[in-house]
Amino acid sequence: MADLHDLSLPDLARQLKTKDVSAVDVAKHFLARAHADTLGAYLAIDDDVTLAQAREADARIANGDAAPLLGVPVAHKDIFVTKDFPSTAGSKMLAGYRSPFDATVVDKLAQAGMVSLGKLNCDEFAMGSSNENSAFGAVKNPWDTTRIPGGSSGGSAVAVAARLAPAATGTDTGGSIRQPASFCGITGIKPTYGRASRYGMIAFASSLDQAGPMARSAEDCALLLSAMCGPDPDRDSTSLDRPAEDFSRSLTTSIEGLRIGVPKEFFGAGLAADVRAAIDAALQQYVQLGARLVEISLPRTELSIPVYYIIAPAEASSNLSRFDGVKFGHRAQQYGDLVDMYKKTRAEGFGDEVKRRIMIGTYVLSHGYYDAYYLQAQKIRRMIADDFQQAFRQCDVIAGPAAPTTAWKLGARSDDPVANYLADIFTLPGSLAGLPGLCHPCGFGEGGLPVGLQLLGNYFDEARLLNAAHRFQQATDFHLRKPEQMSPHAPHFVSSLPPEGAGLPKGGLSGGRQ
Amino acid sequence: MALTPDDIGRLQHLARLELQPAESERMLTQINGFFSIVEAMRAVDTSGLEPLAHPVAAIDDVQLRLREDTVSETNQREANQRSAPAVERGLFLVPKVIE
Repeated sequence: MADLHDLSLPDLARQLKTKDVSAVDVAKHFLARAHADTLGAYLAIDDDVTLAQAREADARIANGDAAPLLGVPVAHKDIFVTKDFPSTAGSKMLAGYRSPFDATVVDKLAQAGMVSLGKLNCDEFAMGSSNENSAFGAVKNPWDTTRIPGGSSGGSAVAVAARLAPAATGTDTGGSIRQPASFCGITGIKPTYGRASRYGMIAFASSLDQAGPMARSAEDCALLLSAMCGPDPDRDSTSLDRPAEDFSRSLTTSIEGLRIGVPKEFFGAGLAADVRAAIDAALQQYVQLGARLVEISLPRTELSIPVYYIIAPAEASSNLSRFDGVKFGHRAQQYGDLVDMYKKTRAEGFGDEVKRRIMIGTYVLSHGYYDAYYLQAQKIRRMIADDFQQAFRQCDVIAGPAAPTTAWKLGARSDDPVANYLADIFTLPGSLAGLPGLCHPCGFGEGGLPVGLQLLGNYFDEARLLNAAHRFQQATDFHLRKPEQMSPHAPHFVSSLPPEGAGLPKGGLSGGRQ
Repeated sequence: MALTPDDIGRLQHLARLELQPAESERMLTQINGFFSIVEAMRAVDTSGLEPLAHPVAAIDDVQLRLREDTVSETNQREANQRSAPAVERGLFLVPKVIE
């Protein structure tokens, strides 16, 4: 029988339902692995909280509750606020912060019976494409620990890839689910903007931020997404009045005749040869499954970089103004007057990437520049969204790479933020248009590093994306392959809970991972 | 267009950020590097276009809702102040702002 950490979510749920294993046993198994995490994925673990939730799930199972995710563990990106674990958003500004409430997404998964394993590392305030911007240290890619896992949901991607959690939540503002999924060889989906509530997601760029699941397969993601979505009218004014759906309903439907649009702009000079080879092979696999490839054009692809990096920092500079040291979070010890306290608090609390984006955002929103930058960017955003609508007249889904390269070396781009921004070119257009986007493993590049294929759908077409990815995953085994760094035989993994005091401090890092 | 050290100084004040001189210098270089890729965007003719604030508004008329103006939460002062940097007798403490 497969190890618990290798089971799919439906298999895990089945074993729980038939009482072959208890939710407490499953939770203990994953807690042991989480405590042994050497990749920097976890920021907070609390055995007591997790085991109490697991006992509750066992009681529900004993009472005949058959909810599809009951007793299955999940870990949350530390951008979601939680009552039972600290919430830091990867920032020193919020080290040790305890929210008085749970984010809606966290709450919905708990209502579905999922057991929370703790909080996962991320780029500070979800700003970054490498997960090197966390105040609590970079996360390492389990396929090659000298490389980045992608960001900003890098901790989530690593936890799933290394089997430290069977599933995780992530958020995607400009590609932060799809790109780390690509770099770590897992599956992730960002739903249509507004389908999942943003309430309790620590805000970065409000018109772009969207929650989504990260797991090993499209089948797992479909289950999670069904539990995460739904309107939240009283708490999130941007959430759509769209009922929750069963995204698993059409997973096994044939994709015979599916028209896959292949944007020519996604296959230009900047695309690495090994990534291109894996993507081409994956597209041929789709053809073998009955799909048809259609060449399309998304002419404003390159413009999406400046448009995104104007809109997102502008909204970030506004959202992050709440971190002033008054009501919550870090406050500088030495200061003169109130303004000096704000300045010193924010200078001490924020990291470089966050400061840079606040400065850019402040500039583009300042008097005399708003029309030239922010307004202009929002207008081009409409053109980008219109380009997609034009494309969807010719095709049902759009496919291409999620990133131009595989994961790069830790520190390789630390001094060149613009190089990082340029690498987001394939995920940004879909983000700006608010479209659903999925990334699934589709092959390996040089050095055995994973390559992910991105599928973009029209608004509310998540089920079609999940269907296509599931059919691909039934015909291939890329999503089943695992990195050596997660091997149960690796010396850093233990088979039971560690002794008191080992691993992370109870309740997580209050002063930061040193 | 290129920002000057004076611009960075002004932005620091507007953004309520105190940067060290070396940090300020690095920021100037990086932000100017960034604005070099923004120029292409400024040249696009967008006359007659409405900005797209909520993405789904590209296909549908999206109305941002307001909830009823009624009390929906009970008093959670203690929970809300649990992570405050400084509190006294149920009040958030800040530096003196009026002499």
